[in-house]
Formats: sequence, C-alpha cells, structure tokens
Amino acid sequence: MKFGVVRFPGSCDEVDAQLACERVGDAVLLWHADRDLQGVDAVVVPGGFSYGDYLRAGAIARFAPVMESVAEFAREGGLVLGICNGFQVLCEAGLLPGALLPNETLRFVFRQVNLQVVDSGTPFTRACAPGDTLSIPTKHASGRYFSPAPVDVVLRYAPGENPNGSQDDIAGVRNEAGNVFGLMPHPEHAVDPLTGSVDGLKIFESMRASLTSRVAA
Amino acid sequence: MRVRVLVSPKQGILDPQGQAVERALPALGFEGVANVHVGRLIELDVEDPSQVPAMCDALLTNPLVEDYEIVETAPAPHPQPAAHPQHLS
Repeated sequence: MKFGVVRFPGSCDEVDAQLACERVGDAVLLWHADRDLQGVDAVVVPGGFSYGDYLRAGAIARFAPVMESVAEFAREGGLVLGICNGFQVLCEAGLLPGALLPNETLRFVFRQVNLQVVDSGTPFTRACAPGDTLSIPTKHASGRYFSPAPVDVVLRYAPGENPNGSQDDIAGVRNEAGNVFGLMPHPEHAVDPLTGSVDGLKIFESMRASLTSRVAA
Repeated sequence: MRVRVLVSPKQGILDPQGQAVERALPALGFEGVANVHVGRLIELDVEDPSQVPAMCDALLTNPLVEDYEIVETAPAPHPQPAAHPQHLS
C-alpha cells in the first residue's frame, strides 16, 4: 500500500501527511513538477500555501504538472484526499464541487474542532460510524465553503463550532463518484496521542481498508 | 492593448471585506454609504484582448464565486516606465 503526498513550493503539511500515511502504509513525496505518480495507490494533496496562494488559494497549484496526473488518476477512480490547501486546490481544479472563500471573520482560525461524520460510506470514512464525532485541528484563513448547487457532504462542523462561516457547517465534501474527498481540518495532525487526539487516523485507516478491499476484489 | 479586469464577489455571496469597510466608514463620520463591496483589479497589457475572457475563466477569476468586468483602456505605453522607483543609496 503506497500513498503519494504532493509537495508544492509553499506546502507545509506534507511531512505530517506523509507520517500519518506511514502509520497505515508506505508513503512517498511527489514533487509538483513531476508527472510521474510513482505507482502510488492513493494521492494526498496536503495543506500549506501552494505557490504562495497568490491570486486565490489553490488557483495556481491546479496548473502544476503533477496535478494533470492527479486529475487523470482521479478520473480512473484513484483515491484522492485533499486537506486544507489541498481541498482548495481540488476545488479550483474542478475535481471537487464548490469553492473556499476567506473566513467570515477575516481572521486566520487555529483551533481544535469537533466534526460530525455525515457519510460513513465513503472510502475515506468507512472506519467511522454515522454520527461519529472526530476531534481534529483546523487552521486556515480561507475555509468558508460555498457551492451554488447541492453537494455530497461527508463531514460537518459540530453545532456551534463552524470556524469560518461555511455554508451549512460543511467541513468536507466528496465528488459524485466518491473517490475524491476534501476537508479543511487536518486529520494528519491528529494521529498521535501526544498531540491530543488520534481521531484523524480514522481517515487514513479508512483509505487503507478501502484499498485493501479493492486489491482483494 | 491595456486591459483592466475588475473582479467582484458574486451577488448574494457574503462579502466580509465589504461589510468591514461599510462598518468603518460611519465611524469616521462618512454617512449614507451602503452596498460596499471589495474586489480586485487586475491590469494587463495584451496583444489580443479577445483572449481576456478565456483568461478570466481559466485563472484570473473563479466564476463560481466572482463576477468580472473587462475594461479596455489606452494602448500600452512604449517603452514601459520603470515599475519601481530607483533605490536610494
């Protein structure tokens, strides 16, 4: 089981994402200028400030050579997880619906949030039960989710915990096929008891379980 | 051709920047101000202005959440003036 974590200039959470993936499998970093995905079984687009987030968060990164391969990988059904800036990149690339706007408060938010699992049937949440609560840190300036059309919601902020003004408390959405998932909070920062919560591990365990059952099928 | 692209938040989408400015103006004594929106101005010198709408849709704006207006202005001056003042040393 090999995860590939994309590294853009300006990424800053790719190493934590790699370490989180390594708790459930192998993981390599994929450089933004390389088209070769090195035969990975799943792709993680991590958090940070890709290309400085100039213009709009994620707007420039979607044109990186590696993203062409990630888009093709997603079209073929490969699992793609976008975290924070990665979520913004996947929305800008059209791999996920909607857009992420500056926080309602115009402030950078950095806090632990409780997330409700709305859809536990996805390859990214199958280790959760519906209605489970995950305690995961969030840290972003542009996390206000907006979509003019109905979307497939996977995670919501618990009542009263919406940190950014997201429409309908949306914290994470999937594409229609279910193989691409993006969320603003950072599951890769919640995989070790040392940092307070291991709930983020469930996302990576779900991906491993999904890939294992695919191989077995 | 010198082109200006005026980017603004789509109507109906919360514009916290505009709201913050709208709240600040009366505090400074400017009354009777409403519907403040804060957007972005992108200026470009382009050889073919007919390409600008495609540029807007592909990169300059996110059509899902932003509207844009393209304004063609004077031809680009030649030669280009210095973009930054000379350093004083």
